[in-house]
Amino acid sequence: MGKLRPRMVTPLLAAVLAVSVSACGGGGGGTDAGASPGASQPAEKIKLTVALFSDFHFAPLYEEFKKTHPNVEIVERRSQFNDHHKNLTTKLATGAGAADVEAVEAGYIATFTPLVDKFHNLGDYGMAKRQADYLDWKWKQGLSPDGSKVLGLGTDIGGLAMCYRTDLFKKAGLPTDREEVSALWPTWEAYLEAGKKFTAAKVSGAKWFDGPGENFRAMVDQAPVGFYDTSNTLVAGTNPDVKKAWDLSVQSIQADQSAKLAAFSPPWNTGLTKGSFATIICPSWKTGSIKDAAPTTSGKWDVAAVPGGGGGNQGGTHLMAPKQGKHPKEAAELIDLLTNKDSQLKLFSEAGALPSIPALYDDPTITGFTNPFFSDAPTGKIFTDAAKALKPQHVGPKAGDVLTAFGNGLQRVEQGKQSPDEAWTQVLEDLDRIK
Amino acid sequence: MATRAPDQLRVSPPHPPSRSGDPARLRHLLYRLDVKASPYAYVAPFFLLFCAFGLFPLVYTAWVSLHEWTLLSDVHTFIGLENFTTLLADDYFWNATFNTVSIGVLSTVPQLLLALWLAHLLNRPLRAQTIFRVTLLLPNVTSVVAVVVIFSQLFGRDYGLINWALSWFGVGTIDWNAGTATSHTAISVMIMWRWTGYNTLIFLAAMQAVPRELYEAATIDGAGGFTQLRKITVPMIRPTIIFVVITSTIGAMQVLAEPLLFGIYSITGGPDRQYQTLSLFIYENFTKLDFGYASAISWMMFLFIVVAAVINYLLTRRARGSLT
Repeated sequence: MGKLRPRMVTPLLAAVLAVSVSACGGGGGGTDAGASPGASQPAEKIKLTVALFSDFHFAPLYEEFKKTHPNVEIVERRSQFNDHHKNLTTKLATGAGAADVEAVEAGYIATFTPLVDKFHNLGDYGMAKRQADYLDWKWKQGLSPDGSKVLGLGTDIGGLAMCYRTDLFKKAGLPTDREEVSALWPTWEAYLEAGKKFTAAKVSGAKWFDGPGENFRAMVDQAPVGFYDTSNTLVAGTNPDVKKAWDLSVQSIQADQSAKLAAFSPPWNTGLTKGSFATIICPSWKTGSIKDAAPTTSGKWDVAAVPGGGGGNQGGTHLMAPKQGKHPKEAAELIDLLTNKDSQLKLFSEAGALPSIPALYDDPTITGFTNPFFSDAPTGKIFTDAAKALKPQHVGPKAGDVLTAFGNGLQRVEQGKQSPDEAWTQVLEDLDRIK
Repeated sequence: MATRAPDQLRVSPPHPPSRSGDPARLRHLLYRLDVKASPYAYVAPFFLLFCAFGLFPLVYTAWVSLHEWTLLSDVHTFIGLENFTTLLADDYFWNATFNTVSIGVLSTVPQLLLALWLAHLLNRPLRAQTIFRVTLLLPNVTSVVAVVVIFSQLFGRDYGLINWALSWFGVGTIDWNAGTATSHTAISVMIMWRWTGYNTLIFLAAMQAVPRELYEAATIDGAGGFTQLRKITVPMIRPTIIFVVITSTIGAMQVLAEPLLFGIYSITGGPDRQYQTLSLFIYENFTKLDFGYASAISWMMFLFIVVAAVINYLLTRRARGSLT
């Protein structure tokens, strides 16, 4: 019975707080509109909270913000990826608890932008000027569905590459030079064939890749249409590109290429350190994750082009300001600073976050950037090339849940619980449940 | 008890009320009121809180379960029992019910037997008794997250300690997380780790109230330790056993954190829902913001708990006659 409490109190809270928040929102907007003409900062102390789902390496940027806003205190809080987004939904619905600045990942952005009345329009605080900076599709992802309001500003994007272990490649008699490795897999079919060679070499304790889910996601991300069409209709079950990605994933499982590790789980971390798999799909931000999860493997990695040709985006984030926040002007200014050109440049070298500002793709700091952790691979050039080749795909509202259904299906095949056909049928049933 | 004593003293005033004037009468009325009403006032805080946080949510959940109710929509359509009919035809619901019962039995039965045995061992003069008792309670004080994280490592497929130990006996690599039986076993072990000591202490407290003479008499009659446990201890502490069985059963019905964390935030309880419990199933629908359906599952779970508690009570009552 104890478990019933929070859930049932929530709708009540929603009712009560919806009233109080709308009151605050109106009042706050009024005072800010009055205060904004004055160039000087208001003297009152302000606390801004920033809610993230991992370490974005924002800390030095906060210090920079405080230089121009000495009255602002910034508190960052982090939670696990899925929790972060589910919590944000709940907090918006109940009208309490959201941070002043919330990070929203690409898989969820389409869930939140239709909630126009829950977020501050950053356009009201002069952020419409930022449009010129951005990749067009990234900018549009942060707009309200009718395009009239700026609800989120982009941080990074997830241009794709393939990271691989040179030591394991060497043992299997495969080339280790990144150009030759890229030439091994112009397509995902070729990647599967290269995997067969690797498996035939029987390198002890090592499989071809970590788990089928992430590769499946990458293949779908590269298609012109993914799980949803542009009118937000769920087409995952009928899209031939999705079925092709599924079939290739199943074939790779049947060829015993998977290390059967779920990405970002503790066993996956161990697998990274111990070299349980030779290749791993690498959106640029993942170069940071690998480095954080397996620091001892420095120098054993390298980065090659992704199979299937450059396109495809995996992840990337927007920063949004929920209406619950009482300091929209400061929040908008903080978002502006965290996403501006200089910051994105810094975050690329700090955290591997690939900028969403195309002007930076020719910046020598980035094009000349090499990553010592990945055998001095020119990750700057590799990922900016990927970003230039990237064909954006429409992300639908429940893309996260759809991906979970497919991931579970592939795992059922991997664990030998179902035949591929049975698993596919159950995935389709699960898709029907997604409302 | 102590608080009632003064009342009783005040009940008999020095003069009989009938012969005294109005003030005395009033005082008498106040005394009567005090005696009759005060006990209710004393227990009122609990019942008010219970109504606000226990009864109201229960009733409100029933109300929500009769609606198509999602968090992000302000429109709640009344659909009668449709959520329940959908639920009863939902394979995933029955799968979750099976998992809950399976994990419940696998964890509760060995746990209570072990607790009984441990309590029996500790129910004798020992050196450093407090240390043993505190040690027993330690796993229960540990955060459930820490316990599950550590045990998930132990039950790891590739580098887990348990598979490593089993490999000495020629047992091949077991993917604990993947199989139904293996994952239920792993989760049950985590639950047992946390709750065995706790239940042992409750049993131990009850055992210490059993008169020593019974054991002495039994010893003289030549009854061994096990016979004494079976014929004296168990019948004498039967009310405590019923209590522990019922609380453990309710606890087992509500298992959430262990499967959720064991699956590394897989709200489906593994790819094949092989260890999705009822609570986790509620949580899954809750995170989909489908409150109507989640409430319907909550009510079914409540009914299951009531049924399980009644069956438990009947079984444990019949199990063995008391000493007298």
